[in-house]
Amino acid sequence: MSNPTDNAPEQDQDTAESAKPGRFAFLAPLKAIMGQPNDSTQKTLLVAVIMCLACSVVVSAAAVILRPMQEANAALDRKRNIVQVAGLLEADGNVEEAFKSVTARMVNLETGEFTTELDGIAYDQYAAAGNPQMSVSLDKADDIASIGRRANFAEVYLVGGETEFEQIILPIHGLGLWSTLYGFVSLSSDLTTISGLKFYAHAETPGLGGEVDNPVWQGKWNGKLAFDEAGEVQIEVIKGVVDSSRAESVYQVDGLAGATLTSRGVSQLLRFWLDEQGFGAFLKNLKQGEVS
Amino acid sequence: MDAETKKVVYDPLVDNNPITLQILGICSALAVTTTLAASLLMCLALTVVVACSNASISMIRQHVPSSIRIIVQMTIIAALVIIVDQLLKAFAYDIAKTLSVFVGLIITNCIVLGRAEAFAMKNPPMISMLDGLGNGLGYSLVLILVGTVRELFGSGTLLGYTILPSVNDGGWYYTNGMMLLPPSAFFIIGLMIWGIRTWKSAQVEKADYEIQQAHHSEVV
Repeated sequence: MSNPTDNAPEQDQDTAESAKPGRFAFLAPLKAIMGQPNDSTQKTLLVAVIMCLACSVVVSAAAVILRPMQEANAALDRKRNIVQVAGLLEADGNVEEAFKSVTARMVNLETGEFTTELDGIAYDQYAAAGNPQMSVSLDKADDIASIGRRANFAEVYLVGGETEFEQIILPIHGLGLWSTLYGFVSLSSDLTTISGLKFYAHAETPGLGGEVDNPVWQGKWNGKLAFDEAGEVQIEVIKGVVDSSRAESVYQVDGLAGATLTSRGVSQLLRFWLDEQGFGAFLKNLKQGEVS
Repeated sequence: MDAETKKVVYDPLVDNNPITLQILGICSALAVTTTLAASLLMCLALTVVVACSNASISMIRQHVPSSIRIIVQMTIIAALVIIVDQLLKAFAYDIAKTLSVFVGLIITNCIVLGRAEAFAMKNPPMISMLDGLGNGLGYSLVLILVGTVRELFGSGTLLGYTILPSVNDGGWYYTNGMMLLPPSAFFIIGLMIWGIRTWKSAQVEKADYEIQQAHHSEVV
C-alpha cells in the first residue's frame, strides 16, 4: 500500500493543474488519493468520508431550514384538531380565528388542580410520559388503556372563557388494535355530556378500525353522557347498534362494524382518561367548583 | 429525443415495468395504495428519489470503490429520502402524517437500489436520470391503477370525493373491506401481470423445470 506522499509527485505530473501552488494547495494530497485506483484502501476511506460529510451537510441543512415550517404545521394541526372537536371550525373557516375563543391550561393530574408550573407551549404530554421524572408507571390492572406510563401533567382547553366555559377539551390516548389512538374528547359545561370526540393520529385498519375518523360515527358521540348520577364513568362503545329505547342507551355508542378491538380500545381509553387515573380528580374538583 | 432515450424512458412503463415484470417494489405497492391520494404522493416521492439518486450516483460512478459501492449508493438514497420526507412535512403536512413511515421505506425500495446498481453505475448522468424517471413512472402507473381500484371499491370514493355512496354514509354501496387490506393489492397486481403477459407474450418466462411425463413402460 502506497502512502499519499509517495504518490503525490506522480500525480502532479499527470495533471498540471494540481501542481500549481495556490489557495487549494492543501487539497493536493486528497487529489493524489483520488487519483489512485478505485479499490485502494486510501481512496475507499476518502470516498467514504467525503460521502458521509456531503450527505450529512445536505440532510442537516434541509432539517434546519425546514424546521420552522414543520413546527408551524404541527402546531396548526393541533389547533385544528382542537377547534374541530369543539365544533368551532366551519367549512373553510380559519383555524387561528376559531382558536381565539380557546384557552389552554395545564392540569396536574395527581392533584386535579390547574397549575402554572409548566409552560404549555413547550410541553409535550406524550414525550413526558416516557420520562420517569414526569410520569407514573401504571399497574396492569389500572392500565385499561394499555399506555404503560401516564404523564403527570396534561394540557386542557377551555372554550369560551376561563371561568364560564362552554366546553372543556381533554387530550386522550390509548391502544386500539394495531396502534395507539391519539385524540380529544370535549365535555359540555355540565362536565357530563360529551360534545365531541375526535382522533387525530392512529394506524388502525382503513375501512374497519379506521372508521373512527368517519364524521357520521364521530357525530354519534354528541349528547351522550359520560358519567351517571353517582359520578361513575359509564360511557361505552357497544357491539352492534344502540337500542335507543333502553335507559342505558344514553351511555352507549354504536360499535364500528368489523372493528371489535378498536371499538373496545376507544371504550377503554375513554374510561381510563375520565376515571381517577386520568382526569377524574380534576373533573371532580371542577364539578365542586374547587378549582382556582 | 432520439430512439435510445425514448426507449430508456418508455420501456419501464409496460415492456420492462419494475413492478409487473421485474417484481420489485411490491411492498410499498401493497402498503400505500388504500387511497389514491397517498398513492399519488408516494409515486411522486419515489420518482423524484429514483431520478435524483440515479443522476447523483452516475455523476460519481467513476470514483466509487467497488467494495463499498452499495453503501455509497444507500447513503445517497437515504439522504435523498430524508430530504423528500422533510419537504413533505413542510409542504404537505396532512398527507405526510399518514405517509411518513412509507416514505422512509423508500430507502429499502428495491427499485431505487436496483436502478442505481444496474444502470446508474454504468451510464452517464443525463441518461441515468431519465432511466430513473422512466422507472419511477412505471412504478407510478401500477400504483395509480391499484390505488384507483382499491379506493373506488374499498371506500366508494376517489381522491376523497364520493363516487359510490357507501352504506356507512347513508348510500347504497356496500364497501368491499378486503380492498382496504394489503392482500387485495396482491390480487390486483397479480391480475395485471396476467393481463400484461397475455398482451405481451414476450414477457412470459420459460418454465424453470418441466414436469416429466410418466411413460407407461416406466410405471410398470
